[in-house]
Amino acid sequence: MSNVPSDLKYAKSHEWVRVSGDIATVGITDHAQAELTDIVFVELPTVGRKVKAGEACAVVESVKTASDIYSPVSGEITAVNAAAADNPALVNTAPDTDGWFFKIKLSNPAELNALLSPEYYKKQIGG
Amino acid sequence: MLKRTSLYAAHQKLGGKLIEFGGWEMPVQYTSITDEHLAVRNAAGIFDISHMGEFFVGGAGAEAFLNSVLTNDVRKLPVGLGQYTLMCHERGGVIDDLYAYRMNATDFLLIINASRIDEDVAWLEKQNAGRCDLKNLSAQFSAVAVQGPRVKEFIDAAFPGSAVAGAEVKKVSELVKNQIAIFIFDYVTIYISRTGYTGEDGFEIVAPNEKIEAVWNRLLTVGQPFGLKPAGLGARDTLRTEACYPLYGHELDENTTPIEAGVGFFVSLDKGEFNGRAVLAEQKANGVKKKLITFKMTDKSAPPRPHYAIWANGAPVGEVVSGTQSPTFNVGIGMGYVPPELAVVDTKIEIEIRGKRFAAVVVKKPIYKKS
Repeated sequence: MSNVPSDLKYAKSHEWVRVSGDIATVGITDHAQAELTDIVFVELPTVGRKVKAGEACAVVESVKTASDIYSPVSGEITAVNAAAADNPALVNTAPDTDGWFFKIKLSNPAELNALLSPEYYKKQIGG
Repeated sequence: MLKRTSLYAAHQKLGGKLIEFGGWEMPVQYTSITDEHLAVRNAAGIFDISHMGEFFVGGAGAEAFLNSVLTNDVRKLPVGLGQYTLMCHERGGVIDDLYAYRMNATDFLLIINASRIDEDVAWLEKQNAGRCDLKNLSAQFSAVAVQGPRVKEFIDAAFPGSAVAGAEVKKVSELVKNQIAIFIFDYVTIYISRTGYTGEDGFEIVAPNEKIEAVWNRLLTVGQPFGLKPAGLGARDTLRTEACYPLYGHELDENTTPIEAGVGFFVSLDKGEFNGRAVLAEQKANGVKKKLITFKMTDKSAPPRPHYAIWANGAPVGEVVSGTQSPTFNVGIGMGYVPPELAVVDTKIEIEIRGKRFAAVVVKKPIYKKS
């Protein structure tokens, strides 16, 4: 069964968000990494890029396929996880901690209210 | 409605992740493509290949008929031997690539691609015009492939006994590459050949639908101590890509000839007339406009994928037809078509991935060859 940490918010498209002040950290869920398996490549956005909620801004590739990662919130990219780009397997082994994708400075914190609670996300993935 | 093989319940029980492939609902993986790929390279893997077609050609004229529709020369086949071959139309384009086995003097078994069964049957019936006895038994037969360096250690335990027809062998492991024989399993006859699509030693077993689950379970039981794992279509694709075996719809199609695809070795121009011969002879003598290459990424990049553009000397020159991250070598690999002057080992090319170009180099095929 997939791990769904209770301190995170979730997007329908299987990203998670961890909020600290006005900075949100974004990654993909344990369920998503388990579905993808064998992650071999992570493409991250450039720092300073402004993204809108729902915009594709990163790519994760398994052996089989390439999948877009959508930012769950709007804002400016302030940091990306070079460790995940160097060692994409981190996303498989630690999807909601060391395998994070990018940090974003929130331009519209109210968007957080539209994200799914852990309970709702669990329901969505049939857990 | 997607078609399901007789092993559908077995895949569900094993936790296989099912996807659509050529109209069939098939397992893409059970655990992970990389795990399953490495199991086949280092020990053994078992694949459901029941979606593939079984087509029987019999009668006094069978040999001559097959030699008129296939590119390889079936006269070279003694009883119990098979060959890789291609079926072309008059313009030399490939209708299908297949294995042809001689079961006895007048009976042949063709193993054809799942996605091409309808086209193949229509084409063969039209070409035959009543000369031979043709039977498409694809719906009655299922098949599994068991592949890997350790398979020879347990195959005889799975199917004890001598062959009753085909190659004259005392046990399955006496079959040599491309040989086929009929054995008795659970009171029915099954076909076992020493063939595969992974670049490893291994066997393919064709059995009636109602017996295939017993074949599958028997192999899983006797193979488990040797590291045998169920493997899905994902690993089948990465394994065949490393071995540089063509996949119909990727390297081969009706607008591509065997000469362009680099499988001219299986075209017997000197055997007499056959469909496509004139075009293939002309291409062999005067060259082709596109040629299949094998390449490896030299830049760190995302894996190459089908339809990505191939560039050389600052211009787009062709397209990737198969590509993946090689689980054996942990590098991006692929095959693609380019003008023949670029189809030279060590030629530097670039693969365009999401608008950016990454360096790659043309390499000798196969990328993986078993030691």
